[in-house]
Amino acid sequence: MKNKLLPIFITSIFIIIFIFFYKGLQNSNIYTPEAKINNKIPSFSGELFFKDKIINSSDFFKLDQFYLLNIWSSWCVPCREEHPLLMNLGKNNNIELIGINYKDTKINAKNFLSELGNPYRKIIFDKKGVNAIEWGAYGVPESFLIKDGIIIKRYIGPLNQKLFSEINQLIK
Amino acid sequence: MKILKLSFIFLLIFSFNSLKASNVDMNSKITKNLRCLICQGQSVYDSDSEFAISIKVIVDKKLEEGFSENQIYDFFKEKYGDWILYDPVLNKNTYILWLLPILIFLIGGAIISKTFIIKKK
Repeated sequence: MKNKLLPIFITSIFIIIFIFFYKGLQNSNIYTPEAKINNKIPSFSGELFFKDKIINSSDFFKLDQFYLLNIWSSWCVPCREEHPLLMNLGKNNNIELIGINYKDTKINAKNFLSELGNPYRKIIFDKKGVNAIEWGAYGVPESFLIKDGIIIKRYIGPLNQKLFSEINQLIK
Repeated sequence: MKILKLSFIFLLIFSFNSLKASNVDMNSKITKNLRCLICQGQSVYDSDSEFAISIKVIVDKKLEEGFSENQIYDFFKEKYGDWILYDPVLNKNTYILWLLPILIFLIGGAIISKTFIIKKK
């Protein structure tokens, strides 16, 4: 009896392992970052773009106010595409836009802003990309919707018309 | 006295060098265990993407600030989740990964010993 049970036991274990790995093969191996939300904003210090002055995160964000922190760069093509939407959003009084200029030169960034307009209330000049990492960003463009010091929504990649309407709904 | 001063200066320079060298070693060790999230299958150490370069700068900065290896891992884990570490922590998502080899080893051992015992008998 014992001798009969053993092969069945071994075969069933191998079948289980096979199913387990076979299922694993079908999973995508491309990592899609999970958009962590409802996290507190990180504390950081950064250089202001227009003033050559170091400023702390506590000086940026007030409570009871919506903020959209947008990471952008003049060399990033999708940033150029989403810029008109940001310009539109900048006209809304319910929200303040803060930019993080990611791994850029000041001359190129200034040209970008003079060509397409400046929707940002303040811009942090992030020459080495350190501030973007402190926010847990993957690259450019990326945007964080903030209220009461909490990240309530995160958008990886460029904003589009649909996301723009979503933001407008949220900040009403 | 002059010799004493000179040797003190040498010692100072040497100690700074070794401090810098140990930071470089630690930086390589840490960045080898961090996954580059935007370039699949590469560690931060191997990658030259903008993301990886920024991570390397931060690891350097944190080491200079006196952060320990684990504190640096925790910092990145908080920002990007467990996936950024090549060495996964034991939690409800990874317990099979950790327990399966032990289980297979035990079952294999049991089978081998059982066969031997049966044969001996």
